[in-house]
Amino acid sequence: MVAGLIVPGLPHPLLAPEQSPRWAELRTAYDAARTWLAAQQPDVLVLYSTQWPSVIGHQIQTHPRPKFAHVDQDWHALGTMKYDFPVDVELANALEAAARKRGLHARTVAYEGFPVDTGSVVALSLLDPESKLPCTILSCNMYADRGETLVLGKAARDAVQQTGRRAVFVAVTSLSARMFPHPIEPAQDHVSSQKDDEWNRKLLEILGEGRLEDASQLMRTLTTQANMDNKGKAFWWLAAALGQTNAYQAKVYGYGPLWGTGAAVVSLVPAVRAAGDHEFDEEDVEVHRGERSVLGGAASTSASAVTPAKPATDRIETSAAPRAVGAYPHARKVGDLVYVSGMGPRQPGTDAIPGGPVRDADGRPLPYDVRAQTHAVIANVRAVLESAGSSLDDVVDVSVFLIDMARDFAAFNEVYGQYFATIGATRTTVEVRALPTPIAVELKVIARPRPSP
Amino acid sequence: MAGSGRIIAGVLAPHPPHLVYAENPPQNEPRAECGWEELRWAYERCRRSISTRDYDVIVVHSPHWKTQVGTHFLGCDRFAGLSVDPVFPNLFRYRYDLAVDVPLAEVIAAEAAKEGLPTSMMRNPDFRVDYGTIIACHLVNPKWDKPIVAISSARSYYQFGNEVGDRQMIALGQATRRAIEASGRRALVLASNSLSHRHFTEEPELPEDMAHEHIYNHGQYLWDMHILGRFRRGETKLVVDEMPDFIEGSVSEAKEGSLTFLLAALGFPTYPAEVHGYGTVIGTGNAVVEWDPARGASW
Repeated sequence: MVAGLIVPGLPHPLLAPEQSPRWAELRTAYDAARTWLAAQQPDVLVLYSTQWPSVIGHQIQTHPRPKFAHVDQDWHALGTMKYDFPVDVELANALEAAARKRGLHARTVAYEGFPVDTGSVVALSLLDPESKLPCTILSCNMYADRGETLVLGKAARDAVQQTGRRAVFVAVTSLSARMFPHPIEPAQDHVSSQKDDEWNRKLLEILGEGRLEDASQLMRTLTTQANMDNKGKAFWWLAAALGQTNAYQAKVYGYGPLWGTGAAVVSLVPAVRAAGDHEFDEEDVEVHRGERSVLGGAASTSASAVTPAKPATDRIETSAAPRAVGAYPHARKVGDLVYVSGMGPRQPGTDAIPGGPVRDADGRPLPYDVRAQTHAVIANVRAVLESAGSSLDDVVDVSVFLIDMARDFAAFNEVYGQYFATIGATRTTVEVRALPTPIAVELKVIARPRPSP
Repeated sequence: MAGSGRIIAGVLAPHPPHLVYAENPPQNEPRAECGWEELRWAYERCRRSISTRDYDVIVVHSPHWKTQVGTHFLGCDRFAGLSVDPVFPNLFRYRYDLAVDVPLAEVIAAEAAKEGLPTSMMRNPDFRVDYGTIIACHLVNPKWDKPIVAISSARSYYQFGNEVGDRQMIALGQATRRAIEASGRRALVLASNSLSHRHFTEEPELPEDMAHEHIYNHGQYLWDMHILGRFRRGETKLVVDEMPDFIEGSVSEAKEGSLTFLLAALGFPTYPAEVHGYGTVIGTGNAVVEWDPARGASW
């Protein structure tokens, strides 16, 4: 592992720097990054390009020498981009294996004439014009959320460490991504709004201090405010690949507009001292366990690549309850008691949330029905208890976690009473800021085993 | 002949590469055992129906030529090369060689520009024609014996919202109709669109294993049937009215504009369409639907 780069993927600095002084500045920035890159003496460039969208998992280029005369769909008038570059196939295969091991659906592509995306072609042409360095290119999955993209970054890191490469990770991405939808005079190109420009500059200020992890964690906000390129996925990926710290020595080589988008060239070298502590505002994710099991057996095959720990004899795990979102069983029997893990409303097998999720994939709040969620939570608790030889009637203590006490308590309490009024379990109810999945209520219970008849 | 042009038929012609893959034409490198017969047979019926009418040119609007700066048109006489689907390269690696009716493309572009739409001609001979265009044209006319006019999908739905996108595609469709009429051409107009478009993110080891093929969810199916019902009853204006909801409710590929473009080019038919068939491909809803203006004239 050596370093990271953030570069833009639109072709103007490559094909037409003379048409606009702003595009020429970005070309100069690219040239400076090329000089910096040569000094790092990497073995390989690992690219993640927002211009290579995928929908069937994550695609990884493994053709040993992709070669084509590429013309961009939009910018065809700027000219043809011929490419012919070497791929580090061993690393690419290792990356696919690492991705699968972390629960991702990944596949390699090694087809003559496969359309390498404009962003990758531009980055490789400007960073390594003589195509001396091998590369590995990863697609940007349209459906991947933050967690899945982090896992992909970690898989890239795994593969690089496993193969012993000196790698520079390259995020090919715009910053703000609002393009002008009409012709413009190239010399008059500018970031499409002052607001986008201000947010871009704030992001570069943070990156300039070496705070890549902080930048990564700001992506949801920046996407809302400044329409980040593909929701900022390239930043999530890069931060995860480089180790999720704020300890980098950073250099911003240039910033400017490309047809209204924000474009920057930034290098990041791991440093000993962090610019500041980082704080995770969302859970960190090691393994992807997302909703991809549409094919049943096929999905369980890939999931099985992550070897589960051998179950302890007192561990209770049941298919009648939703799968765990971390390394814990549904319940444990210790002595005379059954301890049930925090249980939410997700449905076994499908992970569907009765009453609806509380937020969408982008973190935006959604309307939800806490009554429906509470019924589902209690049904899941009941299923686990019965698997453990206990029952709802045997519960002795309940801990309740609500994400919005003011909104939800009354409705929750009403449903709770329908089940527990006669049981008489002790109860503690607290409000928490968030739960790991987009749910409003979670219960943790302790119960006695069911008395023998 | 100028001024006597007309649209001889409009077809909703979805472009899943799976259909070409399953058909095993000589142009496509991967080989399949079978698959997606409902849709492939629907295309067969469509081809038989169209073969009863002569025409000069195929005008196709494709979601997979995505352009940020307005609408683009192929602007060289001939394009040949290898098309590899970036999402399903295992299914579609197709050698194409097609002719373009550049004069008609230029007239449509000029007519659309009069409506205030940004337009441009694509004159780079190295350009690789998108697979949405190629697949729809292949499935409707596998002999490739007609020139085409290929129209890109402007990103206006994404840039401005569904309502604005629809208005622009209505303007583009109406401009296309006027240009065809002025040109004297007899044109077959295609919308290379799926209906509902949420799809699976995995595929079976054997792509044509139909044991895994079904609609992504029931909500999508209900939307698809609702829209097809309107087509069959000649309620296309209502479809356009509902388009923003259809797009949101079913993640429809109509968001790329092709369907609205087609309905506008056809003058929002009030006569029944012929639904040649409906089927799913990797969870998306697809229908081959034909509008025959001659049938409309006698309706």
